[in-house]
Amino acid sequence: MTRPQRTVLNNLSSYAFLLPWLIGFFTLTVYPMIYSLYLSFTHYAIIAPPRFIGWSNYKVMFTSDDRFMNSLFVTLRFVFVSVPLKLIFALIVAMIMNRKLALIGFYRAIYYIPTLLGGSVAISVLWRRLFAFDGIVNIILRNIGWANPPSWISNPKYALSTLIILAVWQFGSPMIIFLAGLQNIPREYYEASSIDGANKVRQFFAITLPGLSPIILFNFIMQMTSSFQAFTQAFIISGGNGGPLDSTMFYSLYLYLKGWGFSEMGYASAMAWVLLLIIGSLTAIAFKISGGLVSYGGGE
Amino acid sequence: MKKQTKTLLSSLAMNAIIIIIGFAMLYPVLWLFSASFKVPNTIFTDASLIPKAFTLNNYVKGWRGIGIYGFGTFFANSFAISLLSVVANVIFCSITAYAFARLEFVGKRFWFGIMLVTMMLPSHVTTIPRYVLFNRFGWINTFLPFIVPKALATDAFFIFLLVQFIRGLPRELDESAVIDGCNKWTIYLKILMPLTVPALITTVLFTFLWTWDDFFNQLLYLTRPELFTVPMGLRLFLDSSGVSSWGSLFAMSTLSLIPCFILFFSLQKYFVRGIATTGIKG
Repeated sequence: MTRPQRTVLNNLSSYAFLLPWLIGFFTLTVYPMIYSLYLSFTHYAIIAPPRFIGWSNYKVMFTSDDRFMNSLFVTLRFVFVSVPLKLIFALIVAMIMNRKLALIGFYRAIYYIPTLLGGSVAISVLWRRLFAFDGIVNIILRNIGWANPPSWISNPKYALSTLIILAVWQFGSPMIIFLAGLQNIPREYYEASSIDGANKVRQFFAITLPGLSPIILFNFIMQMTSSFQAFTQAFIISGGNGGPLDSTMFYSLYLYLKGWGFSEMGYASAMAWVLLLIIGSLTAIAFKISGGLVSYGGGE
Repeated sequence: MKKQTKTLLSSLAMNAIIIIIGFAMLYPVLWLFSASFKVPNTIFTDASLIPKAFTLNNYVKGWRGIGIYGFGTFFANSFAISLLSVVANVIFCSITAYAFARLEFVGKRFWFGIMLVTMMLPSHVTTIPRYVLFNRFGWINTFLPFIVPKALATDAFFIFLLVQFIRGLPRELDESAVIDGCNKWTIYLKILMPLTVPALITTVLFTFLWTWDDFFNQLLYLTRPELFTVPMGLRLFLDSSGVSSWGSLFAMSTLSLIPCFILFFSLQKYFVRGIATTGIKG
């Protein structure tokens, strides 16, 4: 066998390992993306073939569909309140735990449990009951002296905040990532700075935050991306309609209702593409803004 | 005060703070667990964690479900989908990872870059066309829409996790195996795969949990109650039963969380490894 022949054979036998992934990539990622881009310019109700309607879906979305604009703002509020709160909470807990504790493994496990369970239908069912008018939260609030607490779930003013609390409660993943990051900051930095007379607050801003900056960026982008796609909580807690008064109508929930409830698959595809563009540009902006702030350190 | 006593006291205080916050965080879960053993009419008046009157009736009633199909069916379906997904992911993500981590071929860097991009892609842009496609294949109300994508290695998180792990294994292993006459498949099966078991366990854990807790896809692809999974069963229960059955609903909710607990506490150390990768999703 000649050398070129061997190279070809070697390539072929390597590609055999890659074959399932390649098939999946083309049939379940590339083709669907192109097809959904096409569908976004059509009217499509599954029972009849798609009918081309140009930019109409996009125009309707941003000019006459108030429910769409509302769902976008509800989701933006959810993302930009819950993600920073979640990260702050995760960082505080990680800093409390970042010392020699005999039970660290146990503590870490306990604090991860909400994240382990939080995405399930079971916990959403529980949340719906906890924050109901006659739920446990209100029983506790009455006991500590708030005579007339509102019905959190069925009041449009508060319903979204119960979903934010549920999201912040699941701070386990960023916490564990922060904890690993804190342990990588060399101890000598703190020792040197305390000899120079820096206090704890100064150390936090001068050493801890810069040391963690790449991890903060990573956590922010990951949490933002997944929060934009949140679905189960809103579906179960609102009973599937994003209520009361569309106050918990998450983007994904509206997309689901449009596509599968009203059979407007073309419109739902356009929504999916708008979401992709929003997440993509916010990620790009996050990288841009952080460019000057994130330090990747000089250590090993 | 002596320095030693001071550090001891501050460490005690730290532990106390961590435990108190931890308890407050777990309170909702503990309350759910205890409510599932409470007599239905006391559930919502009782914020305490110890039932005043203990009953197993919620579990007996809940298990029967509503309509013809009970939670026995729902649990069987959930286990079937989750276990098949686990098997598919373990086999196909790991051979893909082996190719990226160890084999040489034209276009490797390009495909690896593409794979990383798919990891960041929001699933919504592919959801509708996949639904249209699977619908055309007649796969609605089968388990194929859950299993086939996994058998085509679309869960890039796990490929990435396994690639990182395999890259950490010494290359001399493969080289000496080549001298011993192994080909690519035997190197993979006999040498590398046994060594990647820790990363494969992480893959098993997260695949199981995400499939077990998945609701969106099950809502799309399963419409016949005999195929319903546990999350679908809970939702059916929630929608169609009155105030009287919260006890049963809580009992089945508790039961649905048990497999997650068992996996988590028995395989805890594998979780921490996975979280850096799964920060991506969770």
